Amino acid sequence: MKRIYFDHSATTPVDKRVLKEMLPYFGEIFGNASSMHSFGREAYKALEQARGRVAGLLNCAPGEIIFTSGSTESNNLVLRGIIKALGEGKKAHIITSSIEHDSVMEPCADLEKQGVAVTYLPVKPSGVVDVGELRKAIRPETILVSIMYANNEVGVIQPIAEIAQELSKRDKKIYFHTDATQAVNALDCDVNKLGVDFLSLSAHKIYGPKGVGALFIKNKSPLKGIQLGGRQEKNLRSGTINVSGIVGLGKAAEIAGEEREKNNKKIGKLRQKLVKGIIKSIPDLLFNTDVNNSLPSHAHFSFRGAEGESILLYLDMEGIAVSTGSACASGSLEASHVLSAMGVSEEIAHGSIRFSLGKYNTHAEISKLLKKLPPIIGKLRKLNPIYKK
Amino acid sequence: MIYSEKVLEHFKKPHNQGEIKNADAVGEVGNPVCGDVMKIYIKMEKDVIKDVKFETLGCAAAIAVSSALTDMVKNKTIDEALKITKDQIVEDLGGLPPVKVHCSMLGVEALHQAIENYKKNIKH
Repeated sequence: MKRIYFDHSATTPVDKRVLKEMLPYFGEIFGNASSMHSFGREAYKALEQARGRVAGLLNCAPGEIIFTSGSTESNNLVLRGIIKALGEGKKAHIITSSIEHDSVMEPCADLEKQGVAVTYLPVKPSGVVDVGELRKAIRPETILVSIMYANNEVGVIQPIAEIAQELSKRDKKIYFHTDATQAVNALDCDVNKLGVDFLSLSAHKIYGPKGVGALFIKNKSPLKGIQLGGRQEKNLRSGTINVSGIVGLGKAAEIAGEEREKNNKKIGKLRQKLVKGIIKSIPDLLFNTDVNNSLPSHAHFSFRGAEGESILLYLDMEGIAVSTGSACASGSLEASHVLSAMGVSEEIAHGSIRFSLGKYNTHAEISKLLKKLPPIIGKLRKLNPIYKK
Repeated sequence: MIYSEKVLEHFKKPHNQGEIKNADAVGEVGNPVCGDVMKIYIKMEKDVIKDVKFETLGCAAAIAVSSALTDMVKNKTIDEALKITKDQIVEDLGGLPPVKVHCSMLGVEALHQAIENYKKNIKH
């Protein structure tokens, strides 16, 4: 059975062109980029070429990019590193949103235990942060605002430039971080247009390898490393440079920028077909993605009376991979914090499925899903003792 | 999180699924807010569970537990059925992921409630 992958928000396959550029760095060109000899220098050259490519995607200086193991690390580094640089021993306040990824939520919760105050902004039913609420939340001791560019579950896009503008009106500098992990494929990530001081991204979400990412740090923004050692990456991220991975990230970033428009167009059409087809063939559902303000790849539904994990597994048995888009599958039994923040009741949130499309998906694959999904929902509703038949 | 082959088998083709129209008793436990509701129907012949069916809202584990448990209690006496523990169900399923073990308890509770309701019905 040829399998179908609709879970690009979880991870993407590595683009063949990316893999091709990476391969020499597992063999022939194996040097440590910090070494002075020729082996080190050739690795260093590749490292700096990749830095230039990522900087090109973000329209910043190469010196404003540092490489990490991915967005989780980048997010941790910003949140902890800025407190380390500015907030230690002082009253410090961070503002974030209630729909962030766990890699922002968990470090924030941990910082709270250390005495840092954190505000989790509510969102509108569409999932968008209310800039008015942000304005109200700002305090004299606010150091950092961290708002994701696009949400991983429902795909909603946040008004990053508008928030930056709001923050720039203040007399005291408030630093602004965005987790752009989900956004890079589809949205303009020009940091000047966005007005951010920090931006996190991961290679594996943009058809690059796992275990590598980057953090944009606007020139002279205060940050201290949280992983100490050999002082690599301006002493902000110690650890031997992952040259092959970074080469992959560089190529993936280059392709993402070049092919963004083309992919958006294609993926947007596929989503339109998917959404129309599902709404036409399945009654009693919520469509949680605002098509007018979301990544073109995302379509998030809640099916009343059918449990998400069961839908996922029945689809899997048909060779179709999706995600529940809620924490259930990952070991927690609570409904998604994103849907809760959007005001979706827990009862229906349990029946959630996220489709996240990618550049290799086809119309035939969408057609197969549209054929397989309705009977699965029907079967689960029939099995449900409290769903009105 | 990975399910055992046995869980997936039950999930793919659940045994004893549906309702018994003229059931002697039913037990229903769980809560849709938590995402799990299990309903068990029993048809008795004297002291023996002659037929049993279930309807379940929930994850693959909840459905597999319902399927396996209904297999286990069919043709058992009430006393025998009441002796079935959640651990036996988990074992019969070839194990459950730790976060899903509570689903087996849901099965035991639904069965016990059905039997309790049956006993109440007889007294009146």
